[in-house]
Amino acid sequence: MDKNNLYNIPPFADDDRVDGLAKVTGKAKFTAEHQLPGLVYGVFVCSTIAKGVIKNMYLAAAKNAAGVIDIIYYLNCPAVPGYKPADRTKNPNARDYTGHKVFFNNLVLSNGQPIALVVADTFERAVHAASLVRVEYDKEVPETDFEKNKFNGKLLKNRGEFLRNEKDAWKNAAVKLEQEYTIPIETHNPMEMHATTAVWEGDNKLTVYDKSQGPKGVQGELARMFELEEKNVKVITEFVGGAFGSGLRSWPHVHAAVIAARKLKRPVKLTLNREQMFTMVGYRPYSWQKIGIGASKEGKLYGITHQAVSNTSVYEDFAEGIVNVSQFLYDCPNVNTDYKILPLHINTPTWMRGPGPASGCFGLESALDELSYQLNIDPIELRIINNAEVHPQSKLPWTTKYLKECYALGREKIGWSNRPSVPGSLKEDGMLVGYGMAVGVFGAGRGGATAKGILKQDGSLLLQSAVSDMGPGTSTAMVKIGSEQMGLDDNKVRFELGDTDFPSGPTQGGSGSATTVGTAVMAVCDALKQSLKEMAIENIAAFKNLKPEDISYENGKLVAATDASAAIHFTDLLKQSSKPELQVSKTSTGFAQRDKYVANSFSVHFVKLHVHPVTGVIKLKHIVSVADAGKIISEKTARSQMVGGAVGGIGMAMTEETLMDHRYGRYINSNFVDYHVPVHADVPPVDVLFVNKPDNIISPTGAKGIGEIALVGVAPAITNAVYNATGKRIRQLPVTPDQLIG
Amino acid sequence: MHMEEQHHCPRESRRSFLKQSTALAALATASPLLVKAAENEEKINAYFEKVPLQLEINGQLQNLSVEPRVTLLDLLREQLGLTGTKKGCDHGQCGCCTVHVDGKRINSCLSLAVMNQGKKITTIEGLANGEQLHPMQEAFMKHDGFQCGYCTPGQIMSAIGCIREGHANSAEDIREYMSGNICRCGAYPNIVDAIMEVKQGGQKV
Repeated sequence: MDKNNLYNIPPFADDDRVDGLAKVTGKAKFTAEHQLPGLVYGVFVCSTIAKGVIKNMYLAAAKNAAGVIDIIYYLNCPAVPGYKPADRTKNPNARDYTGHKVFFNNLVLSNGQPIALVVADTFERAVHAASLVRVEYDKEVPETDFEKNKFNGKLLKNRGEFLRNEKDAWKNAAVKLEQEYTIPIETHNPMEMHATTAVWEGDNKLTVYDKSQGPKGVQGELARMFELEEKNVKVITEFVGGAFGSGLRSWPHVHAAVIAARKLKRPVKLTLNREQMFTMVGYRPYSWQKIGIGASKEGKLYGITHQAVSNTSVYEDFAEGIVNVSQFLYDCPNVNTDYKILPLHINTPTWMRGPGPASGCFGLESALDELSYQLNIDPIELRIINNAEVHPQSKLPWTTKYLKECYALGREKIGWSNRPSVPGSLKEDGMLVGYGMAVGVFGAGRGGATAKGILKQDGSLLLQSAVSDMGPGTSTAMVKIGSEQMGLDDNKVRFELGDTDFPSGPTQGGSGSATTVGTAVMAVCDALKQSLKEMAIENIAAFKNLKPEDISYENGKLVAATDASAAIHFTDLLKQSSKPELQVSKTSTGFAQRDKYVANSFSVHFVKLHVHPVTGVIKLKHIVSVADAGKIISEKTARSQMVGGAVGGIGMAMTEETLMDHRYGRYINSNFVDYHVPVHADVPPVDVLFVNKPDNIISPTGAKGIGEIALVGVAPAITNAVYNATGKRIRQLPVTPDQLIG
Repeated sequence: MHMEEQHHCPRESRRSFLKQSTALAALATASPLLVKAAENEEKINAYFEKVPLQLEINGQLQNLSVEPRVTLLDLLREQLGLTGTKKGCDHGQCGCCTVHVDGKRINSCLSLAVMNQGKKITTIEGLANGEQLHPMQEAFMKHDGFQCGYCTPGQIMSAIGCIREGHANSAEDIREYMSGNICRCGAYPNIVDAIMEVKQGGQKV
């Protein structure tokens, strides 16, 4: 048996991305690329202090600059209805808008906050004019230093603390350790910078081209903010150039473009620059974790205490589940966790790829690795000893869980048997060699969605849903599902997205697009088949006396169960029924068995690396990422998601750190030269293995979701390998050469 | 709060910008007039701000009139509708805007349009021969050398440059000489595979 192919995964087929041609020819139109008549350009002026009050804004020079049409700031900004406190007399659940209210008043709450929008007839003129605006502030002392304030965090109501059995039980274990872990601010930095183009037709109808992971979410928010009917807000997100979480919600620039376009009665395009991508569209929050963990001498876990604090802004609470992984990833009788958030004068963070577990697994998987050396038990073995067969808290079974299979696949592929059990004891070509591994996990599930299917006489199927695809390949996966269900060639099926005129679909996030939208597409296909059967009974003599259940659908053909000669292809059926097309919309509901099952995707990442013994330079040699992500719907794009997650994890582990000068509360590396994302030279060969076993409990698609687990666990796998190579335990990301020398 | 408006910008004026710009050859004849106009009034007529420019873009001769401060990237994207060339940083740090100028790869965000007088520009839109894709475009599709597709035009233009320069002789070589093109989706291994295949296929790029 081929050890690399334990589960008979077929070799990757020639299944190109359905939107690949548009992307390699430059024809794919991203948000800022729609040319509209009369379009003008908005450029932000941003605060240069982190806390204080705007005292004076000197606008004359900018107003007199060539091409300037208007400058919008808090003194002349039309009121945004949605910024008013929510009216709870009509709806008791109505919530106040908590995001940054753009141009709302003269308060500065973070550095890089938009304080004016210069609109001009060309981009260059707007940029120049924005540079002419001078601002005087009454400065106050901002608090931006997480390290200085990390013990002043606040517990969130009902979700801050967790206890299973005995508190701090790890202290009574035979083998134990307690350590702290720090992850700096990381910034999403998709290659396409956020942009919004807003176009009003009169005062009640709005079209917005927006970089967003959820066109329906943007539609709903703009309808609330500007008191419009949802049907009068059209949002287009046809191509999204990456996002990784930064497009999960609407940010101040979206409101600003809409405000300006309404005020000026012309289309306004507002594109952030790279520096503004650091201060306006979220980031992974700074986090501190402390883990106490204890086990018996045989390696059975006895207790885990996991504490975390992460930062938020002063105007909005942002929390993520950093400590949750310790509650269920391993079978441990005594667990307590607490989580606090710390408000700072920085803009609000947001979910970034693998939010919560990406940070939490760095702590937990590092601690487990460290414990394995104290126990003198192989780290994989330690995890298998403590494998949770059922959820340790609820005792519910997992829908599916093939974590042990992941260990088996990955250890072979990376060559785990070559791993030195004593750190720093293996050298290749004068370099220290290290092997490391870590587990990743993320919630799986399925939400509600609606899709439309249009089956045509030419044998094609058009599917539509108002979702975004920020890159993973949603269209490709939906075409695969549609073609399989309807027995059609892939090239006969098209999936359209990115437009709120299509039926309502979910925001792309939390690895839920394949299951959620896929289930709706399957429902559409079932309904199409049913309608075709009814159409055949009504219009075709040979089917006249049959019931729908007496007819089968095989590769586009309707066949009578009793008489195989009574068969007709749907194209002929549509023609003979004088129907140019058959159209159905179907809504699928969310995963409803949460009371019976726990649902997670799992991954295990393996790393081999070299460390230069004198300079401490790390050279990654090989990464193997193994996923238990259910059925793999589109292998080529699924593999690319996993590779991309590994690359994101390399950044988290080794290069990414958004640095602030706390004297000014201002970032000092908000550009691609100083904020290091991985480049070609940083990335070794990455092998991807899938368990590829369907999970038919979560959804009929069999999928579980890939996007998050692709990254979660990569960073600790790397730092665990660094320890194996050098004997130096890295608990503060990113690991840099200076931490490894001396 | 009373808002004061100040009529002279203390930090930078269009005049000083234009004075600095006189070093540009393309501006040499027009600059005294421009400087004079700027001295009189900030809101000068667009006619005086623009300079003539001739470029051959994707095989088509273009007679243009552009402000000297317009980058080649913004000219392509905002004025000519050639949005296949992408803006990822506007600082020459990401490679999304890579185009070929006289056959060599450059970051078009770091090149003022007027610096390219008389030159031949090739963008992603000019790479295919009708329906026939360039081998590098085909290889990117085959190897899935992208996810979101935003950095892709720059990666493809840069990959061709990388082969032309003789820097695609090994995977290691490619990784080094493609490191100016960032892909945040992390398609790097697939991109390297695509370039290796085109290089080894021996087709003229």
